[in-house]
Amino acid sequence: MTNTLDRQPASIGGERMHESVIVTVNRKPIVVPRGATVAVAVALAESPCRRSVSGEPRGPLCGMGICFECRVTVDGRPHRRGCQILCRSGMEVSVDD
Amino acid sequence: MTRGLRRSFDVLVVGGGPAGLAASVRAAECGLRVGLVDDNPSLGGQIWRGETTQGGSDAAGWVERSSVVGVQALSGTRVFHYPAPGTLLAESEDEVYELSFQKLVLATGARERFLPFPGWTLPNVMGAGGLQALVKSGLPINGKRVLVAGTGPLLVAVAAWLRRQGANVLAICEQASWFSLARFGAALLHHPQKLGQALSLRGQLAGVRFLTSCWPMAAQGSDKLEAVVLSRGERVVCDFLACGFHLVPNTELAQLVGCQTRGGCVQVDEFQQTSCAGVFSAGEPTGIGGVELSVVEGQIAGLAAAGRRQEAVRHFQQRKKVQGFAKALDRAFGLRQELRTIARPETIVCRCEDIAYHHLAEHKSWRVAKLQTRCGMGPCQGRICGPATEFLFHWNPDSVRPPIFPAQLEHLAWIGCSGECGAG
Repeated sequence: MTNTLDRQPASIGGERMHESVIVTVNRKPIVVPRGATVAVAVALAESPCRRSVSGEPRGPLCGMGICFECRVTVDGRPHRRGCQILCRSGMEVSVDD
Repeated sequence: MTRGLRRSFDVLVVGGGPAGLAASVRAAECGLRVGLVDDNPSLGGQIWRGETTQGGSDAAGWVERSSVVGVQALSGTRVFHYPAPGTLLAESEDEVYELSFQKLVLATGARERFLPFPGWTLPNVMGAGGLQALVKSGLPINGKRVLVAGTGPLLVAVAAWLRRQGANVLAICEQASWFSLARFGAALLHHPQKLGQALSLRGQLAGVRFLTSCWPMAAQGSDKLEAVVLSRGERVVCDFLACGFHLVPNTELAQLVGCQTRGGCVQVDEFQQTSCAGVFSAGEPTGIGGVELSVVEGQIAGLAAAGRRQEAVRHFQQRKKVQGFAKALDRAFGLRQELRTIARPETIVCRCEDIAYHHLAEHKSWRVAKLQTRCGMGPCQGRICGPATEFLFHWNPDSVRPPIFPAQLEHLAWIGCSGECGAG
């Protein structure tokens, strides 16, 4: 697949990027651009998304909802794919320590 | 609290990338009720991610047309079951949908192929398209050191794009030989648009090393990626490794519906109809061919699904022209045998269940390995390790079972409610 010549993204996820949203990742406030995904908030918190069954730290791999490596708990709901969910103000994200 | 919703369409399209958008627009222009269901937060698929709001782009044009002609888009909604002919079940965060249809178009796209090597499970080792998607989703990349590796034209496109976002792209490592690439370049002479894109990308990558016959041997780091060791012995210190080995068609839904596949691709006739009457497929599931082919196939599928075969035929010539590019892709970016040997015995192959290479190598088939080791039985359902084991061990990942994605328990209960429980 070749990529068309895309330009600087003026928006992400269909929303303007110049506004920001505050979420928490393991109770730490993280500021993300509006339209950013939960996976991005976790990366900005400098945290892995989860621990694997043998305890390895893991982060996003495919970025498109296939690999489930970025799954986190969002507002109390476990196993949400961080790369497919947009951050909303006040969202509480928690990841494995 | 989950809400259950029913929707009924003349034509239902699954996948909101170029093929699915084109199919839904052409079918809706024929006056039909068309639904477009897509897993991502917004339309455009992977290739057009983030471009659908840029005025003047192809992506924006198709999305605008889809809205003008009344395509009902269900974004952030993922199909997980086919309980009965003419019905699919899908879920969003808070809803479960029973989608009924007369005709179905499967435009489920492709994913990257990943090959295991020591350290590939470290955070910040991502797919090439994967890193691009994350950056388009807001991940800051300005000034970060990125090594791009693997195979396929996506590498160069992603490298150039990342550089435009301010990334420090250290090198592109392409496993194909210089000779293969030269032959691919010659094939591009028949596709002036592609050649133009390739030359433009090359210009944008001036000063970035392009290494052929080169691949990653190991990713190193404690809690996250710190460096990559290349097959030529060099150690490259970096923040991100963007690594994908070309693309694999997403055929799980087509298989669940009962469509025949061959060589990992959904089989279709000249009208993009699958082996199941009334079920069409377009774009990457029918063979990796790129965005132009996807748009043409999507239009043919949409028109054919609407019963406008005469109009569909008018696009056959254009499809034939871009199909040549797909063949050139296959030839140029075949995987070299040495890539089978980069995984060490202790290297994890199945990332969901942490199954190491040596636990798999002793088994004869995917099915036996699954039963004995749980390989491929985690949440990704073998979408990542399946294509890897196909290359490493010549296994054929076997039949697909519902739900094709892990669905929320309360949504699974709907399988029973929809009347045809256990049809899969």
